[in-house]
Amino acid sequence: MDLLLILPLAIPLGTAVLTLLLRSVPGVQRLTSVLGAVALLGASGTLLWRVATDGIRAAQMGGWPAPFGITLVADPLSAGLLGMTAFVAVAVAVYALAGMDEARQRFGFHPLFHLLLMGVNGAFITGDMFNLYVWFEVLLIASFVLLVLGNERRQLDGAVKYVGINLVSSIIFLAAVGLLYGHTGTLNMADASGRIAELRGSGVEATLATLFIMAFGIKAALFPLFFWLPAAYHTPPAPVAAVFAGLLTKVGIYSLIRVFSLLFPDPTGYTRTVLLVIAAGTMVVGVMGAMVQRNVHRLLAFLVISAMGYILMGLGFFTTLGLVGAVFYILQDVPVKTTLFLIGGMMERDTGTARLGEMGGLYQYRPVLAAAFMVPAFSLAGFPPFPGFWGKLTLVQAGLEAEQFTIVAVALIVGLFTLLVVAQIWSRAFWRPATEDDVQASGSTSQRWALNGPIVALAVVLLAIGLYAQPLYGLAEQAAANLVDTQAYVDAVLGPSAGA
Amino acid sequence: MLWAVLSIFVLAAVAPFIARVTKQATGWVLGLLPLAVFAYFAQQIGPVADGTPIRQVHAWVPSLDLTLSFYLDGLSLLFALLVTGIGTLIVVYAGGYMHGHDQYGRFFSQLLLFMGAMLGLVVADNIIAFFIFFELTSFASYLLIGFYHTDEDNRQAARKALVVTGGGGLALLAGLLLLQQVTGTMEFSEMLALGDTVRAHPYYTGIFVLVILGAFTKSAQFPFHFWLPAAMAGPTPVSAYLHSATMVKAGVFLLARLSPVLGGTDLWLYTLVSFGAFTMVLSAWLGLRYTDLKQILAYTTVMVLGLLTMLLGVGTSAAVKAAMVFILVHALYKGALFMMAGSVDHETGTRDVLELGGLRSEMPYTMAGGLLAALSMAGLPPLFGFIGKEVTYEAALGAGPIGIVVLVASVLANAALLAGALVVGIKPFFGGEGSFTRHPHEAPVSMWLGPGILATLGLAFGLVPSLVDQTILQAATGAVLQSPYEFYLALWHGINAPLIASLVTFAIGFALYVQWARVQPSGFMQALDGFFGRRPAAAFERGLFEMARLSQWTTRRVQDGTFRHYLLTVLSTFVVLVGSSLLLQTNIQWPTEVLGVRYYEAALAGIIVLAALVAVRTHERFIAILALSIGGYAIALLYLLFGAPDLAMTQFTIETLSIIILVIVLLNLPGISGQVSLASRVRDAVVATGVGAIITTIALTVLSTPLDRYVSDYLASRSYTEARGHNIVNVILVDFRALDTMGEIGVLAMAALGVYVLMRMMRQNRDTPEASIESDDKVLTEAEETA
Repeated sequence: MDLLLILPLAIPLGTAVLTLLLRSVPGVQRLTSVLGAVALLGASGTLLWRVATDGIRAAQMGGWPAPFGITLVADPLSAGLLGMTAFVAVAVAVYALAGMDEARQRFGFHPLFHLLLMGVNGAFITGDMFNLYVWFEVLLIASFVLLVLGNERRQLDGAVKYVGINLVSSIIFLAAVGLLYGHTGTLNMADASGRIAELRGSGVEATLATLFIMAFGIKAALFPLFFWLPAAYHTPPAPVAAVFAGLLTKVGIYSLIRVFSLLFPDPTGYTRTVLLVIAAGTMVVGVMGAMVQRNVHRLLAFLVISAMGYILMGLGFFTTLGLVGAVFYILQDVPVKTTLFLIGGMMERDTGTARLGEMGGLYQYRPVLAAAFMVPAFSLAGFPPFPGFWGKLTLVQAGLEAEQFTIVAVALIVGLFTLLVVAQIWSRAFWRPATEDDVQASGSTSQRWALNGPIVALAVVLLAIGLYAQPLYGLAEQAAANLVDTQAYVDAVLGPSAGA
Repeated sequence: MLWAVLSIFVLAAVAPFIARVTKQATGWVLGLLPLAVFAYFAQQIGPVADGTPIRQVHAWVPSLDLTLSFYLDGLSLLFALLVTGIGTLIVVYAGGYMHGHDQYGRFFSQLLLFMGAMLGLVVADNIIAFFIFFELTSFASYLLIGFYHTDEDNRQAARKALVVTGGGGLALLAGLLLLQQVTGTMEFSEMLALGDTVRAHPYYTGIFVLVILGAFTKSAQFPFHFWLPAAMAGPTPVSAYLHSATMVKAGVFLLARLSPVLGGTDLWLYTLVSFGAFTMVLSAWLGLRYTDLKQILAYTTVMVLGLLTMLLGVGTSAAVKAAMVFILVHALYKGALFMMAGSVDHETGTRDVLELGGLRSEMPYTMAGGLLAALSMAGLPPLFGFIGKEVTYEAALGAGPIGIVVLVASVLANAALLAGALVVGIKPFFGGEGSFTRHPHEAPVSMWLGPGILATLGLAFGLVPSLVDQTILQAATGAVLQSPYEFYLALWHGINAPLIASLVTFAIGFALYVQWARVQPSGFMQALDGFFGRRPAAAFERGLFEMARLSQWTTRRVQDGTFRHYLLTVLSTFVVLVGSSLLLQTNIQWPTEVLGVRYYEAALAGIIVLAALVAVRTHERFIAILALSIGGYAIALLYLLFGAPDLAMTQFTIETLSIIILVIVLLNLPGISGQVSLASRVRDAVVATGVGAIITTIALTVLSTPLDRYVSDYLASRSYTEARGHNIVNVILVDFRALDTMGEIGVLAMAALGVYVLMRMMRQNRDTPEASIESDDKVLTEAEETA
């Protein structure tokens, strides 16, 4: 049994239990929460390093050989996402110490946060279709409770829409799992990828593919299934929104990539067109929504949607380069979105308003925050030398190679409008003059460190990725190679003899 | 070269800290590095002029075939010298000009960031590296134009420049990537020999259009010219450096760099000549409309950019030579004049020529530099500007059939340029005392040194052209032409056609200058400015506004805050997407005869359907809940009949619990009120039926294929022998698939925690006002928000 694969689930679970038990000793509870995140980073980081050097690892739960039990698999894509998840988890855990009000911390933020991490990790690492469904449930309930934590009415409104639409996704996902099981007799993804061969080109395959597009599309907030996201993401406090924005939609798009790589590596032209149309719609609707928002959190929420379109576009090309672009984009988008939402929280905290129209003076009085904002914001707009540029560059390159000129044009124009949106935030919240009294620093010195430290650390890492993209790009290439040629994945799960 | 570029970036990062120590000497201290880099590049003149370009390659992102490679031929060396040379003077100048500003350190940081980017741009060999530096210059320019950010107009100007050049940059990216696909290389130096391949490729037109978009936006060619005069909102050192001497020439540089690859076609010739010539004439005359020194200089910058574009479009040896000469000419005089304008502004508080006058005695050094530069700009002998004009006319005369157009356009533009130059160079210093708010005196040495040096060089190169012609200019021309080209420059070529054209220019130009006070406010100039100066800028803003309105309209309809609509859209998508996939299917085996259905099974099915209908039709929540439960129990009974007692028991428990909880919660809510129109009820019914039909069909497809039982057989055979459990369901739950169960336990625990939290925090939050906002999931208009 490979302990490294279990740790990304066991550490958050253990931390969650401990923080729940320790809720009457706030100091120890918070320390445990941060230490748990750090331990997770250690474990996930080691796993990533081992996978990157030695190749795919798998572990059979309960010792039952695949495909009869549940298999955990870490390929470069999964391991990369686990690493990024743990990285932003540490940042958010520290930020939450000061960025989360006392009541919410006492009433379960920490255990829920770590259970959410367990759900995210589980979804990234499982090799079993039904187990994936279970992790989706874990994610859904954890995020739902985190959303309503605080119990404001506008939170409830957002949470009801969130959970309502996501339950539709669950039902569709379950229908898809049923259909897959009915036709292949297995829930193990690697096993199914061999057995689904009989269905190639049939209507069942197309139906199954569209069911998964629907189920994961809702989770990934794709067009036109995204409504829950802008309805909910601006309501919770910054640390919660940051971890949602960084991780939740990624789980959806990751699942889509995983399923298409293993089950539908060569879908019909119809499915490809559907994916590209959805991708274009997602990019456009996201940036259009962002252009008209006056609340900074809601604006950022729409930008989350827009980025999903880019990733889906990379999948929709069904070329290796397209996948490299998509994987790189996801990996860098996790810290980008987390950083942006944390900064959004600081912007509201220091100016006392979430409305862009009332903000100002941040460039003058918060130079460090301003510099930190530049990195993820211009990264989102695909501006070099920030990490988003490499993703966009690769996706555009892949699109041109695949001769998909229309969607490349859409992607570039959407990039321009994203730039405009970013410039608007900068112009309004940062450049516009304000008196020193309008920009108030609240909290003690140590609290300011807890808030600013993670933001600066995230921004520095992002800048480093932008300036020296090779390590992450190499990982994305490795991941894409394994997604295109799934033999290594299948061998790791079922043993070298199977599938041959 | 790597260190030359990187060191400037490093200096940019630490500049604010240095500025804190060095205070008013900052400009002199920070100027040392660009000076050293200038010296480094100056040393390369010899080898490069001998015809051996220098190429250096450093690994960067090997996975992407991206190298940090540099290519130093005559063209890039010319630009590198301008960037670092003028850059040094600007840094020194800015030390005096910006002194006392509270963001002094940040200014140098941004200025040096730009310098590094611009230097990287001109020496980059890899197209991706080139593009990165290209975008970085836009980014730095954005920050610098908006440097005086407290003014809304300045922020607008910065945004305008960013969007126009950023948009062009995106087109350029696509163009460069296509170019890479066609040539198979990412290095400019390797592309240069592949021009024929590119021109014969079907992508040629596409590549050309995309690259041209990038170049025209950056170099402010009509109809994108409007951002450059607006960019004068930046501090004057920025206008002098970015928006006249260097950055705006990046587009021209790109055209020059790629002319061996893309040039030589009719498309290239006519596009560049027509846009360049039109921009040139238009902006030269628009410059005469303005009285602000910086605006006049900005429009004449656009004029020169048009001229350079046109010359590169003509593409003959003489034309390329003229372009290279003019790049140097312009950088020298325009950098000097902007700095002079800044000094005048700095000392008098105004830049309006109508308010300025008589400064010759108060600001002698500034005047000397400014006047000398203005004479070069006017193209008068013996200054370098005269040579620049002569070679332009020479190129026009040798341009073949389009030569006459080029010549007439050049004369018209140069005449206006001459008048503008005299306005800028003479008006502030001569005539009666101007109306100033403060008493003027000479600017500090840091502020007249730069213009003085540049203007003196303009004179020196005019008198002794051999300082530059055989070396750097010849090498630059050869690099663009891709073949060695020898020439000499001289002031006097005897009486020939270019000289006559020059004399015509002088005549018109002097007349214009004399009449300037009448021309400037004339109706014709107003109309010209209204139509070509302000209209494009207004159209741009209008476009952004309309785009925002469209977005507003769309988003309000899409994200309308109504949960019902969201669900309806999601489910309709399901019907359309999955339904159309199902239609592709040809192999569903629909049951042709209903066999073996017993009467009680049929009865249960009937009850389920009936219960669903009641739940939909009723207006009482209680009845709806009851109906749903009846349906649920009936389903549980079906499970029982089909041999799944475990499942049935679970279902019974869940149904019982849900009915109790739902009744408790929902009975407190009002009844289902409000009449829904027939149309929307029909719509809902269609979608609901669609979803049901699809799920049914999916179920049928599963039933029509026999299940492969190898997994369940394995589980059945091992559950007792290996897992030691009699009940296979239990063994699956706690052993085979224990991880699922653990996850679900977590779900339950969190649900319990959620209920606890909701109830505890409800008590705490009852009083806070912001907690009672019901929903903000809507897009508000400005009016609604303030209401």
